[in-house]
Amino acid sequence: MTHTLRRARALAACATAGALTLTACGTGAADGGSTTLTYWLWDASQQPGYQECADDFEAANPDIDIRVEQRGWDFYWTGLTLGLVSESAPDVFTDHLNYYPEYVTRDLLLPLDAFVERDDLPMDIYEEGLADLWVGQDGNRYGLPKDWDAIGVFFNRAMADEAGLTQDELSSLEWNPRDGGTYEDAIARLTVDANGVRGDEPGFDKGNVRTYGLWMSLSPTWNHGQGQWSMYAAANGWQPTDQNPWGTEFAFDDPRFQETIAWYKGLIDKGYMPSLAAQEGVASADQFAAGNAAMVTDGSWMTGTYLGLENVEAGIAPTPIGPTGERASMFNGLADSIFAGTDHPEEAWQWVKYLASPACQRVIGEHHVVFPAITEAWEIAQERYADEGVDVTAFTDHVENGTTFLFPIAENPGAIGSLLVPAFEAVISGQQPVESFTDVNEEINALFE
Amino acid sequence: MAVAGGIPRRNETPRWRRKETGVALVFLAPALLGFLAFYAWPTLRGLYLSFTDYDLLSAPEFSGLDNYRRLAEDDVFWNSLWVTLKYVLINIGVQTVVALGLAVLIHRLTRSTVIRGILLLPYLISNVVVALVWYWMADFNLGIVNEALGWVGFDAISFFGDPDWAVPTIALVNVWRHMGYTALLIFAGLQTINRDVYEAAAVDGAGEARIFFRITLPLLRPVLALVLVLTVIGSWQIFDTVAVTTQGGPVDSTRVIQYYIFDQAFTSFDFGYASAIAVVLFLILAGIAFAQLKLLRAGESDQS
Repeated sequence: MTHTLRRARALAACATAGALTLTACGTGAADGGSTTLTYWLWDASQQPGYQECADDFEAANPDIDIRVEQRGWDFYWTGLTLGLVSESAPDVFTDHLNYYPEYVTRDLLLPLDAFVERDDLPMDIYEEGLADLWVGQDGNRYGLPKDWDAIGVFFNRAMADEAGLTQDELSSLEWNPRDGGTYEDAIARLTVDANGVRGDEPGFDKGNVRTYGLWMSLSPTWNHGQGQWSMYAAANGWQPTDQNPWGTEFAFDDPRFQETIAWYKGLIDKGYMPSLAAQEGVASADQFAAGNAAMVTDGSWMTGTYLGLENVEAGIAPTPIGPTGERASMFNGLADSIFAGTDHPEEAWQWVKYLASPACQRVIGEHHVVFPAITEAWEIAQERYADEGVDVTAFTDHVENGTTFLFPIAENPGAIGSLLVPAFEAVISGQQPVESFTDVNEEINALFE
Repeated sequence: MAVAGGIPRRNETPRWRRKETGVALVFLAPALLGFLAFYAWPTLRGLYLSFTDYDLLSAPEFSGLDNYRRLAEDDVFWNSLWVTLKYVLINIGVQTVVALGLAVLIHRLTRSTVIRGILLLPYLISNVVVALVWYWMADFNLGIVNEALGWVGFDAISFFGDPDWAVPTIALVNVWRHMGYTALLIFAGLQTINRDVYEAAAVDGAGEARIFFRITLPLLRPVLALVLVLTVIGSWQIFDTVAVTTQGGPVDSTRVIQYYIFDQAFTSFDFGYASAIAVVLFLILAGIAFAQLKLLRAGESDQS
């Protein structure tokens, strides 16, 4: 244990000491043998793209082998933590903004500044803001951006046609927390009870709904309402923290947040959205496929899943325009980070550098599962979608119009999640009023004192 | 004990016995090593860690009784104890009755090893697979269980999503998995009961019910006590079913104690606090095992 840490610290010190010492820190390749690097990611649908990158990289660097390993999201972070302790962690891994603060504050990630400086790597090729997300509170850089995502509304085309809603109408909906605006009208219209009565028609039986206008999919892991409610709260002028990244004061006591959640909960009371109990279980995309939901708010990384459904033709609409006069979408970006205890920092850096390069990100763009971080590469993804007749401007407009807000990066994400998940479930299920967030907010802010 | 004269010293261990002790040690060694490395040492270390502030990734810092003080005031911890207790009561209550019934049935009605084998089938499937299959089958919107309830005119139930249903559902899923195994353990106990006792009872004109309550149950007590101790301890440690289905939700209704320990350790990196909870769980389990063995007089049998 202490041994691991000493080694990790020594390597970290070694890497920050300056470019000259870098090669001295590296081992493995120097003696002519081949080096094997382990690389982890969680999304199986992205694996083919990254395997192609790995093959290209190996062809150019015959002395380095890349072993791409996919671990499911649910146990990715537990596995990584255990790996970090038992020295079996991957050399390089896909990193998430919600989790990296835990690792950075414990010196487990290799700072990349000395490498970036030595190789004179440009940081302005990435979509604006993505590279800065990975700069820790200590001013060091701990990851290179690989992709970005935004939130949109996936809708069932046949159901929208039946309800008389066109793509244009769905793309220009407005929302407010008082009556939900035209957005709630559309949700009500798309809700159908067992007798075929729509949510906005007299005689609608909210206790016996066949198709919900909107599907809520709460996750047991805290994700700041990324795909559930964050776009409404932000379009209502709310920001989750005093500053981002590295905020130390949360704003779940803000009325703009609480009235948004009150409205969201109201959809359940009106029968337009399944209750907390009813949404537990099979994933939202499957409920959408089964015709239980007409619309689902979800991330751009799910585009392939929704659009690829066999029996349902899906369309994508942007998130609604809120009281601020603008749409909003959380902007999240993944990066590749290097484990500070790796035996091969130099080789790991070469691989990370390649993953963040236009060469690899163009490949990822061609595979168009996610939007790569480099502008020209995500434009490739957009074209590939267009080739298939899929319009992804619902996502890309957010980036082009600057209507995104960053995923909140803060310390103590685990403890914050433990407080917020039950609190949120209590409010959504009606056990607690929205005002209960004020107390929870105090508890969260106390974590930073 | 030295006694003068030619009388042999009776306390001297005979040569063959000394030799046997050596052999016994060799046979014991693997289990003993396993016990020391995987039980005794982790227990001691866990005890030590419960008095520290430790995040696994940096060295532990001694913090005295801080973790225990925090424990006393932690509502989530007390709630998790309560949730676990509810789970154990439902799980063990139903499981013991069902398993006992099954054991008596296979004891009295069949000698078929195929039927005994079938009983054991659910136990051969991994916990996680069982949990996931039931999770999908009991889904509110798409599950076959609710579909079937619909045919007979019941409303759909959100088995895993409704705070009132989640714990009973998880408890019953595990009853389904473990009942065959438990029945087999009890069945083994039934076979040790002398057949003559049954014949005598039959001759005296006792009915099946009377035989069960007056003969089977009392004579089965030591085995039942052992089975109960084992299953109750196992039941308190419920984790996997929760981890792959509800993950503690909704609203902490399934945040059982083991899952809370896991949560504190691996999502909040609070291994010191997690160890303190684990120590409390250890004490609870030790207390329960001791009380059960005492109350059920597991060491004695009515059969002589």
